[in-house]
Amino acid sequence: MTMKNEVMGVYAVWLREFKRFYRDRGNLLGSVARPLMWFLIIGGGLGAAGQQATGGFSYFTFIAPGIIGMTVLFTSLFQGVSVIWDREFGFLKEMLVAPISRVSIVIGKALGGATSSLLQSLLIIGVAYAVGVTMPIAGALAMLPLIVVISVGFTALGLTIASFMDTMEGFNVIMNFIVMPMFLLSGALFPIAATGGLMATAVYLDPMTYGVEALRYAAIGVSSVSPVVSLAVVFAFTAAMSVVATVAFSRRK
Amino acid sequence: MVRVVFLSENDGAIIQTSGLTKKYGDFAAVDGVDLSIKPGEIFGLLGPNGAGKTTLISMLCTTVMPSSGSASINSFDVVARPGDVRRNIGIVFQEQSLDDRLTGRENLELHATLYGLDAATASQRIASVLDLVELKDKADALVRTYSGGMRRRLEIGRGLVHYPKVLFLDEPTIGLDPQTREHIWAYVKDLAKREQITILMTTHYMEEAEMLCTRIAIIDHGKIIALGTPDELKSMLGGETVVLKLRDADTPAVREKVQATFPDAKLFDGSMVLSVKAAEKEISGVLEQARSAGIDVLETSMHRPTLNDVFLKLTGREIRDEKAGTADAMRAFGRMHRH
Ligand SMILES: Nc1ncnc2c1ncn2[C@@H]1O[C@H](COP(=O)(O)OP(=O)(O)O)[C@@H](O)[C@H]1O
Ligand SMILES: [Mg+2]
Repeated sequence: MTMKNEVMGVYAVWLREFKRFYRDRGNLLGSVARPLMWFLIIGGGLGAAGQQATGGFSYFTFIAPGIIGMTVLFTSLFQGVSVIWDREFGFLKEMLVAPISRVSIVIGKALGGATSSLLQSLLIIGVAYAVGVTMPIAGALAMLPLIVVISVGFTALGLTIASFMDTMEGFNVIMNFIVMPMFLLSGALFPIAATGGLMATAVYLDPMTYGVEALRYAAIGVSSVSPVVSLAVVFAFTAAMSVVATVAFSRRK
Repeated sequence: MVRVVFLSENDGAIIQTSGLTKKYGDFAAVDGVDLSIKPGEIFGLLGPNGAGKTTLISMLCTTVMPSSGSASINSFDVVARPGDVRRNIGIVFQEQSLDDRLTGRENLELHATLYGLDAATASQRIASVLDLVELKDKADALVRTYSGGMRRRLEIGRGLVHYPKVLFLDEPTIGLDPQTREHIWAYVKDLAKREQITILMTTHYMEEAEMLCTRIAIIDHGKIIALGTPDELKSMLGGETVVLKLRDADTPAVREKVQATFPDAKLFDGSMVLSVKAAEKEISGVLEQARSAGIDVLETSMHRPTLNDVFLKLTGREIRDEKAGTADAMRAFGRMHRH
């Protein structure tokens, strides 16, 4: 009985996230336009700048999993952080007084983040093939379950951040000091084997690195980090963030 | 064992608070509130802005943690058993809490799902509240296209989709026109009776409180300063008054006559104010006495104290942010032409 209510609660929270996602046409358009820009500008520019250690793949093909990783990171984090908006516009109260546990709200949000990430990733995979990325269909499909796991982890991270922020004021700080470094250090755009020193340390401390490595291995079978390690870190990160997010979100003032 | 203690402590109350306090820093938003509300009551909280009404309700709804004291809903402690408390309550928030990227109907459906209603019940209830709040035609438009009044009505409707044991209404009808308020309250009252819902409400409209509430607590600076039925509260002001506007009331001659005939009367601004038990019955006698004493009466009126008067007397303020304490004595004593 209670279990059924919790499942319905998760469904309700998820459905809301899903509706908000697909109604946001600007965002959907952006989710195609942005990766297209990355492919054409970054891919075109850097690729032309010289053949790098990209495992024999074209630069386009090399960065395709990275761009998907980027999209998953941004989409998931924002979906988690959107709780700040829910709080600001009052809707959070409606969820907080409902007879469902905080865990169910966190799960609903996380599944919402995963759904948005998955749909955007599918669009990007389409864009990737259109610009000439050579990635086996099986590789593209193999990325999908990974996308879900990675997305849950980063939605949970977003929720955790949101639980400690009362207003949107800190938002730019988060963007500049968490999201962008996570993305740039992750090896989405360059082979991490090429880095050294302090930079390498930062790269290997970035959880996103392992997400990108895992995605790239799934897509085209190359990686600098062993896929077993990448997978282990991805799962551990997602599990840990889910616990942290649930605890943080359940705090009461 | 514990259960026995619980029952005797609660004494059949469905909402129980004891020394309930919420502090923000040194400031006590709610300060040692003791309440005991019985099943089926429609209990009103009246107080000026910032009195602590919303904070009190938030603690009862488990969204704000008390600093000290305790509270329970249907015997479930709000701190120890928040989940059980939430299964017993419903609330219409004072502030906006809709998702404006969803349609009105979707907001209601979301609510029904969160509260575990089956599809058939949900669609029937949703149709009924949409009808009540007159949003049938607009149900499938996004809430962001709604006016303020439409949003408020949708919030009220949403609060009535599931039938909780205890329903909190935090200034639900603010800003709505009197007609709408009237039929919403009629529906709420009927629903509460039929489904045995206990209501704890706040409102700025004194007439609403007076008409609806079985009991009322007046709260100011986080403390309850008076509690009773509307009649009990009004009797604090000494019952009803007869107000006679007199010719030449300021002259010593008239003053003397008044004093001799009505030793208990007070003179304000050219009027004589007399406390009586039942104004309507006694006014003719009073007029008779005045005439035989040679007191020239220009105008008569009777006044029953309203909750507004009680409120004004206890807090020194009007409940709405109108300026309080004007020179007009008639305002305090003789609001004209009220029954
Ligand atoms: N989160 C908060 N932090 C600090 N002060 C608060 C907070 N919430 C409410 N207050 C203060 O507590 C007092 C009571 O507020 P509230 O319960 O909203 O009053 P009411 O609903 O009676 O108008 C107000 O002075 C308000 O400023
Ligand atoms: Mg309030």
